Amino acid sequence: MSLTSTDIRSGSHLRIGLSWLLRNHIWVFLALTVAVFSLASPYFLTANNIGNILTQGAFIGILAIGMTMVMIDGEIDLSVGATLALASALAIGLQTHIGIWPAVFVGLLSGAALGFLNGTLVALSGMHSFIVTLGGLIGIRGLVFVYTGENALMVPDFSYTEIPEIYLGPISMTAIIFFGLAFFFQWILSSTRHGRETYAVGDNIEAAHDAGINVKRHKIINFTLCGTLAAVCGILLSMRLGTAEPNAGRIWELWTIIAVVLGGTRLQGGFGSMWMTIGGVLTLAVLRNGLRLLNTPNYVELMVMGAVLILALVLDKLLKRQEAT
Amino acid sequence: MSQAILKVEGITKTFPGVKALDNVSFDIRPGEVHALVGENGAGKSTLMKTLAGLHRCDGGEIFYQGAPLSLSGPLDARRKGILLIHQELSLSPELSVAENIYLGAWQTNRFGMLKKRELRRNATTALEALGCGFGPDVRLGTLSVAMQQMVEIARAEAFSANVVIFDEPTASLTDSEKDQLFQTIRGLKARGVGIVYISHKMDEIFDITDRITVLRDGQVQGTVDTADTDLNQITRMMIGRTLDAYFVKAKAEFGDEVLRVEGLSKRGLFSDASFSVRQGEVLGLYGLVGAGRSELVETVFGVRRADAGRLFWKGREIDWPTPRQSIDMGMALVPESRKEQGLVLMMGGRENTSLPHLRRFSDLTVMNRAREMAVYEKYRSALSIKTTGPDQAVSQLSGGNQQKFVLAKWLCAEPGLIILDEPTRGIDVGSKSAIHELIADLAEQGLAVIVISSEMPEVLGVSHRVLAMSEGSIVAEFKGDAMTEEHLIDSVSHAREPVAAE
Amino acid sequence: MEQRVGSVLRRHGLIIAFLVFLVGVAVNASAFLTPGNIMDVLRQVSITGLMAVGVTFVVLTGRLDLSVGSLLTLLTVIVVDQHNVVGPFPAIMMTLLAGACIGAFNGVLVGFVGLNALIVTLAMLSFLQGLVLFYSGGSNVNVENAQATWFAVFGRGTFLGLPVPVVIFLLGALIAGLVLQFTSFGRKVYGVGGNETASIFSGIDARWTVFWTYVISGLATGVAAIVMGSRVMGAQNTIGQGYELTVLAGIILGGTSLLGGSGSIWRTVIGISMLGFIQNGLLLLGFPYYVQWLVTWVIIIIAVWIDLGAKRGRIFA
Repeated sequence: MSLTSTDIRSGSHLRIGLSWLLRNHIWVFLALTVAVFSLASPYFLTANNIGNILTQGAFIGILAIGMTMVMIDGEIDLSVGATLALASALAIGLQTHIGIWPAVFVGLLSGAALGFLNGTLVALSGMHSFIVTLGGLIGIRGLVFVYTGENALMVPDFSYTEIPEIYLGPISMTAIIFFGLAFFFQWILSSTRHGRETYAVGDNIEAAHDAGINVKRHKIINFTLCGTLAAVCGILLSMRLGTAEPNAGRIWELWTIIAVVLGGTRLQGGFGSMWMTIGGVLTLAVLRNGLRLLNTPNYVELMVMGAVLILALVLDKLLKRQEAT
Repeated sequence: MSQAILKVEGITKTFPGVKALDNVSFDIRPGEVHALVGENGAGKSTLMKTLAGLHRCDGGEIFYQGAPLSLSGPLDARRKGILLIHQELSLSPELSVAENIYLGAWQTNRFGMLKKRELRRNATTALEALGCGFGPDVRLGTLSVAMQQMVEIARAEAFSANVVIFDEPTASLTDSEKDQLFQTIRGLKARGVGIVYISHKMDEIFDITDRITVLRDGQVQGTVDTADTDLNQITRMMIGRTLDAYFVKAKAEFGDEVLRVEGLSKRGLFSDASFSVRQGEVLGLYGLVGAGRSELVETVFGVRRADAGRLFWKGREIDWPTPRQSIDMGMALVPESRKEQGLVLMMGGRENTSLPHLRRFSDLTVMNRAREMAVYEKYRSALSIKTTGPDQAVSQLSGGNQQKFVLAKWLCAEPGLIILDEPTRGIDVGSKSAIHELIADLAEQGLAVIVISSEMPEVLGVSHRVLAMSEGSIVAEFKGDAMTEEHLIDSVSHAREPVAAE
Repeated sequence: MEQRVGSVLRRHGLIIAFLVFLVGVAVNASAFLTPGNIMDVLRQVSITGLMAVGVTFVVLTGRLDLSVGSLLTLLTVIVVDQHNVVGPFPAIMMTLLAGACIGAFNGVLVGFVGLNALIVTLAMLSFLQGLVLFYSGGSNVNVENAQATWFAVFGRGTFLGLPVPVVIFLLGALIAGLVLQFTSFGRKVYGVGGNETASIFSGIDARWTVFWTYVISGLATGVAAIVMGSRVMGAQNTIGQGYELTVLAGIILGGTSLLGGSGSIWRTVIGISMLGFIQNGLLLLGFPYYVQWLVTWVIIIIAVWIDLGAKRGRIFA
């Protein structure tokens, strides 16, 4: 075999498209789901409903963006649900004391700080992030309860809930923020030094270290980003609901992991993208929305989700095996 | 004679218990290919890792372009113009070719953005200089191993390297890919780059190098011009010690055939391997790392599945066994890596010894501690293993004692065939000769023994018969007087079209 | 040798800290270290404790089971509901069988198909929550003849002055501990967790070992569900929510390594009991219940940090 690999060089657009689809097989799945539900329900493909799907998906989506960064690094963050709750509680609870925007800022800061703490613990101790952030999940939820005293906090001025009530056609501000962030982070992943390093670190941490990448600092940055995005999600949620429940975001970390893994990003690290995550998030949102539209009881949704996740895993394993041969 | 570009003077490197480099001096001139040869463990890889900034030396000095050199790490070495091209590639499959060439040394603008255009332009220049047929934007993971290696070599262009170190670069290349590589090396050479070439394959070394430095036991045995030397001289320098001095060979009294393998093949690993071994016989299996020796015996033992071939146990043809069935039949495999395949490091010697024979040491699944202890104690004293107790984690033992526990674990089942894969790698001299004596003992007790080793004196010293394996095939068999190091080296150093292609 | 003394000291460090905590609480709340209160604590931890005993097997092989919380809910609903339909004994058998089957399903996917344990059991968590709602139709179930049935003995009875849940928990822990320490299966579990490759080279079929640990985890959750159903005499759809985290926290706190191969049942018993005492002590001191979460967080971090101290150099060179 010669080193001149013409088939790669002159790869037609069709070939490139196919290989993109093989890596982003979630989009095929998304198309299928959309097709099935639009046949099953006349309301599914209405502008209104699509707007709903996007808004509903955006919350998990924003969490999933941070989770993707962390997961390409080969780590995981289980504490995003609790972080979201704390940010939302602070953003609402502090409004009477320091005003709306400072409160929102403090909420964001809390997410960044907790992400920084997670990242520091993971990087410096060498503990697996699963344990560190499992502790975070339990402990941060404790913080939320300490702060709220078990009560839902109400927003003092309901103009706060009107902040995200801006629509671009049927698409809500929240959805726009999600897509904006997703594109921004895809840009980070594909075009910045930090983003490219993420793949190198996740694929082979020792090689990355040898190439002069500061692995510890790198991981701390990604955990901080993940925590900050969780806070963004929490603040948008508080704006939407006008209240901050101490139990907000419970088991959302699971939905987030499901969305990211469904998209095709691998837990082992080194592989994934925001395109995949957007696909995973939308598929999840379409499934949930479509099943509800069909008036299926909510247990079907949970069972379908579990089954789909395992299928995604099996599919990924098969594709990987094919790639290897 | 041109001035040396890199000069190593009297460097020493000690690892706990081992002096890996002992007062090593050599130099690399611009525009020459300098071979570094020696047996496994002679210090080649330590030396090149020191040059590439992965190790720091304990003593001595390195001069680079006339000035003393100190490196903070591999990236620093690369920036200064010293590039190591590893056996295992240090590339990231999800990144593009251009990004991999400059891995870790990316130019960014104020916003942390990669200067992609510049990156691509520089990478293209580097790739074109090498005549690579792929562009800078291809995702690395889609390239073949040979192409990925070209990406590493492209770093030499990109960083305008003055010294490039190749470590076994042809290990996974086909013949035509190898020719391409040699062309590239000659191109680098023509531009005045100093090249260090590490390989086990003598024909390659005589083909492409200008000078040869031989290392043995961490010391330089000498540097010679390739044109003025021959295989015999190099081999003598590599081996250097008197043979048979401390090897005990079992009496050659053979019984019935225990194992026969016919036409065993596994795609990409080995092909059409046939051999047999008899009671009381020690069969040596010699080959370089990567020749497929370990994979071959692991397949016989049942850890891997074969594509084709037949297996006869004590004259009867049998189906491919699982490891469990192999053990029950009376086969034992002392694997190549004792830490990864041989022992559960957190367990003590007692539990490790009984691990393959849990059924034998239990009554209705309840472990019989007395029986377990008795056997443990028997083999611990027979092999004189030093521990503080039966439950001391084996991770705390020396390499030699660990290896003896691996042996104990397999001997206590009193097998009919024992396969020893590199049984003395990385252990002290005392334990080494104890294991050699044990091999002779076992054979005289009537066991069939297969010994795999890449140390020629060892494999020649303990075996009655030696098979030479190269690139997945058994290429030669030597008996009696034909068992010499020269013959062995000769048989495995002619690179053939490997079965590992594709 | 020095290393060993060091590691013993490190381990004792956590226990000493815990003893200091116990004394501190006892000084401030006289009811804390009374036999009655201790029994209360043990009764509270017996359900998570039983689950933790089962999950310890899985963790020892270096894998995870996050589905036990949802499984507890499902099995509690089953045992309570079937009690009304087929009577207590068949209901108990069905519960144990269902637990073993779902464990076996996890075991096939993780052990034989080789899928990532975290994701598989996460998917199972979701699936089982759905199954609960499907089974119960979203409503709570109750034991109808709560006064008349002998089923109450598991959650509410006493045996030789000890609450039956505590007896079941300790008995389960004892059996599990004996199995791990003294049987060939136990050896295989430690072998696979400590070094899977070496175990395969030793003729152990790691797939089956992993499979059985998940079956045990499912069975143990079945026993916990029987105790839970009997104690509450009913079941809500959220009864086991979050238990998987408590269980894991207890196991980690006890010092069983998530990497596999190191740990034991008695460590799990200690870990999960420590959680119980911390919770109880904080409540007695007048803290709201959720403060224990904060404390657990800090303790897990410290515990693992201490445990990793020796290995740190190796993991993060």
